[in-house]
Amino acid sequence: MSAAPLSTGGAARPRGRRVQWLTYLLLIVAAAFFLLPIYLVVVTSLKLPADINLATTWELPRHWNWHSYAVAWQAFAPKLRNSLVLAVVATAASAVMGSMNGYILSKWRFPGANLLFPLMLFGMFIPYQSVLIPLFQFLRNIGLYGSLWGLILTHVVYGLPITTLIFRNFYAEIPDEMVEAARIDGAGFFGIYSRIIFPLSISGFVVVIIWQFTQIWNEFLFAVTLTRQSTQPITVALAQLAGGEAVNWNLPMAGAVLAALPTLIIYVVLGRYFIRGLLAGSVKG
Amino acid sequence: MKLTRDRVTAILMLLPSVVLLAVFVYGFIGRTFYVSLTDWGQDPTQALALDPQLHFVGLKNYSDLFTNFIETRFRQDLVNTFFFTVLFLVGCLGLGLGLAVLLDRGVKGEGLFRTIFLFPFALAFIVTGTIWRWMFQPEGGINVLPTLIGLPKLDFGWLTSRVQILRFDWNGLPFVLGLLLAAVLALLAWRAFRRGQGLRGTVSAVLASLVALWALAVLRHASPLPYPERHGFNLAFIGIIIAAVWQMSGYTMALYLAGLRGIPEELREAARVDGASEWQLYRYVILPLLGPISLSAMIILGHISLKIFDLVFAMAGPDHAATDVPALLMYLRSFRANQFAQGAAIAVVLLVMVAAVIIPYLVSSLRGEVRR
Amino acid sequence: MKRLFALVAVLGLVAGMAHAQGKLEIFSWWAGDEGPALQALIDLYKQQHPGVEVINATVTGGSGVNARAVLKTRMLGGDPPDSFQVHAGQELIGTWVAANRMEDLTSLFQQQGWMSAFPQNLIDLISTPNGIWSVPVNIHRSNVMWYVPANLQKWGVQPPTSWDDFLAMCPTLQSQGVTPLVVGENWTVQHLWESVAVATLGAQGWNDLWSGKIQFTDPQAVKVWDVFGKVLACTNSDASGLSWQQATDRVVNGQAAFNVMGDWAAGYMTTTLKLDPGTGFGWEASPGTQGVFVMLADSFGLPKGAPDPQNTMAWLELLGSKQGQDAFNPLKGSISPRLDSDLSLYNAYSQSAAKDWQSDTIVGSLVHGAVAKEAFMSQFADVMNIYLASQNSEQAANAAQAIANQVRLYD
Repeated sequence: MSAAPLSTGGAARPRGRRVQWLTYLLLIVAAAFFLLPIYLVVVTSLKLPADINLATTWELPRHWNWHSYAVAWQAFAPKLRNSLVLAVVATAASAVMGSMNGYILSKWRFPGANLLFPLMLFGMFIPYQSVLIPLFQFLRNIGLYGSLWGLILTHVVYGLPITTLIFRNFYAEIPDEMVEAARIDGAGFFGIYSRIIFPLSISGFVVVIIWQFTQIWNEFLFAVTLTRQSTQPITVALAQLAGGEAVNWNLPMAGAVLAALPTLIIYVVLGRYFIRGLLAGSVKG
Repeated sequence: MKLTRDRVTAILMLLPSVVLLAVFVYGFIGRTFYVSLTDWGQDPTQALALDPQLHFVGLKNYSDLFTNFIETRFRQDLVNTFFFTVLFLVGCLGLGLGLAVLLDRGVKGEGLFRTIFLFPFALAFIVTGTIWRWMFQPEGGINVLPTLIGLPKLDFGWLTSRVQILRFDWNGLPFVLGLLLAAVLALLAWRAFRRGQGLRGTVSAVLASLVALWALAVLRHASPLPYPERHGFNLAFIGIIIAAVWQMSGYTMALYLAGLRGIPEELREAARVDGASEWQLYRYVILPLLGPISLSAMIILGHISLKIFDLVFAMAGPDHAATDVPALLMYLRSFRANQFAQGAAIAVVLLVMVAAVIIPYLVSSLRGEVRR
Repeated sequence: MKRLFALVAVLGLVAGMAHAQGKLEIFSWWAGDEGPALQALIDLYKQQHPGVEVINATVTGGSGVNARAVLKTRMLGGDPPDSFQVHAGQELIGTWVAANRMEDLTSLFQQQGWMSAFPQNLIDLISTPNGIWSVPVNIHRSNVMWYVPANLQKWGVQPPTSWDDFLAMCPTLQSQGVTPLVVGENWTVQHLWESVAVATLGAQGWNDLWSGKIQFTDPQAVKVWDVFGKVLACTNSDASGLSWQQATDRVVNGQAAFNVMGDWAAGYMTTTLKLDPGTGFGWEASPGTQGVFVMLADSFGLPKGAPDPQNTMAWLELLGSKQGQDAFNPLKGSISPRLDSDLSLYNAYSQSAAKDWQSDTIVGSLVHGAVAKEAFMSQFADVMNIYLASQNSEQAANAAQAIANQVRLYD
């Protein structure tokens, strides 16, 4: 390649122009594959319901109709609020607990921890169907069924394995000597956490918060089984709107955009951390 | 190790998480397993009672799932999951690797392309499903795309096709599995002999022939079901696979890209100095180094595909048997047909499949970590 | 204790009439096109009880397939809505009454004089020896075949009077590029099966099937699947992608000749598509079911543990009243089960249905919850899939019988 070597690029050396063109051609085709659905979503959401027909699917709207968004917003605003409360509270709680767990598991190693940790981790891989029926009964018995708090509790608990994992791996990078030094200075359990560990975990928190927020915002199975109409998150509302009958497609498409925007914005703005969380999701990273 | 006050504090601080996970994961799994051994749902007066009386029925729900002829939907679901998993993995790994290799060639606008390839990963399966359901409308979307450049329109039923290919009879399965087991044993025997472990080899060889005989004599004529029951790959799944690959291939791309960036430039240079062509460089140097990443990706994606639920729910609806999967059937059996014990049994089968993939992975990665 | 509770609820209703307040959550699957009819009822309720906040909880999905799953999770979770929509018959009795989750409404029926206002056979459908469990709001007919008269004329066919008749015209239609019979997602296929079964077995045979006098494996019952298979060969291949409205649309826009659907399709075509009954669209009893009315009824009840029972009782009172039924049914495309309803409010289709309701032999619908327990009904989808996969009538019949035995259908 004739361009100057990029610091990130691994294979920069002169190569045929044909290969270079082919590379870009393939990338553009791939990009089209990834973007076509988005084009269709946006175009459809801006059409008048009467203008939506299958034959002219791909054409631009004849009249730009922003009204669908107003309607979708009106229908979805309470659900978006539910999702927001749910995701913020559950993310915060599972991040704080995960940070504490990661700190303990990486700096206060105790006998049996090597067994305990994988047992905790297993919880993030299970199909949630295998806990669904008892979960129901449990939430009913403690009086949280149907409320947003029941769903929050559920997400906090099932979020613990991944947050613990990410923080544990993150804190493993902090040298034990620093902890030792603080201890010699007289710092106790909480002292070490607040003076050494926490100040160094800001980017760990960012990774965990982004990851958890996205996961919880996007989750469906718990949401559809543990809530009632008034506490539904956005995914359930969207599934119902789109899964209904005689669908006017402009509305579900506008709804899909509204449901997707928060996580998309996070992804675009904080993409770097997003990728790190994604890599951490594979246990070792 | 001394039990200092700080250490006690540490254990106390960890305790809430441990207790919560013990209850929510292991306690609930245990309870689900118990429910799967009962008759919950058989008796309508108990099915939806607030505190149902359950009766123990042993493994009946499991034997029904695999050998009762009315449970054909569950068995087709297993077959669906198998094909879905294989094609989803092939799609994600292939596309992910391809994109990573292209991006690794130092192209301009790499960041932009990377963002484009990865953004679907940030979406909910429900959103993806809603979008692609519209893309795959029988007489619109993808099917009319060719008309934009003057080609005739397609009429493939992306989600609605009733065609099934690669069909086989479920009754033949015991025989095939028996032969497979015999073949594995024979392979073990062969390996043992080659390494000079005579006793081990002999035992394996004897076992292999016994199993083979058993398969030929008994299993060949075994037919668990009263009717031939054909299962195969439903073409209606292709649409769902495409949507799933669209969503998840960016993830494998990111993994591979991180792997490629970790390969030292000297290694590539050394290979080039040795006269390796670009193709040989990838085939013999780079791909082998990416092996462990492929394995991680396969396991993570594999367990996602076994659990897939919301995407199917949003794309094809819960009532479409051709695109049904066990995770969805569990929901329908439990909450629509009120057969909670059967639903629990399906959930346990699902859990066993996921555990078979995940546990070896957890064990090996954490063991490797300790060694490190 | 429970009776006492119901009594308190009724007394509370009387006392609270003047200053009702609090909430009323109504759970149904009437969204979209069926929404306006429900809204008319809610508006009436709000007029009468301005202090009550009405929560209209709808879960979309034809015939309530999705709604029932959601309802079940809520009931299991001990969080019942104040009142929910349920098909009269086994869907109510075999599921919720059997599980002891409903309040008895006998006193409401007596107090309102409904024992004589509703036909006896309908009251039987919502009763057990221990009580009356819901208030029916409408009657729908399941066995109706829809078409567009002008299109049939163009294609040179007449509405078929038997399935043989239909099978004979099937090639004619196909050769003109028309789908002879359009079906949609799974439940609409079962809906079609129901019409074929009633035609093949006759009204008496159909009833015998559900009482156990005829087994599913009886040659007559197996024959239903043979006929059904031939009919299915004349349908569209993309069925699973269509909702019932989209299937109806195909008839209306001339892609398909016929559609067998319940008469909510009439509501859809008149209210949403603005077609005139008789000219815009035509109807006949589905082939071979002339003189038989396969009925289903939506009803609402009071679940035990409902948060606002007083408001629910007021709601039920409105539902059963002449005023409520005549506000709801003309918009819904259904007829009122009340013997004194005002037929002049209804369109041409509904008037003809009301006439048939009086004169025809009445049987209950399978797919819409009247004749079989929910456990059977929902696993009947599996029977359908077995048939679609194997095309083997005997196998499907055996599967149906096995499921019937498994769920103790005849108990």
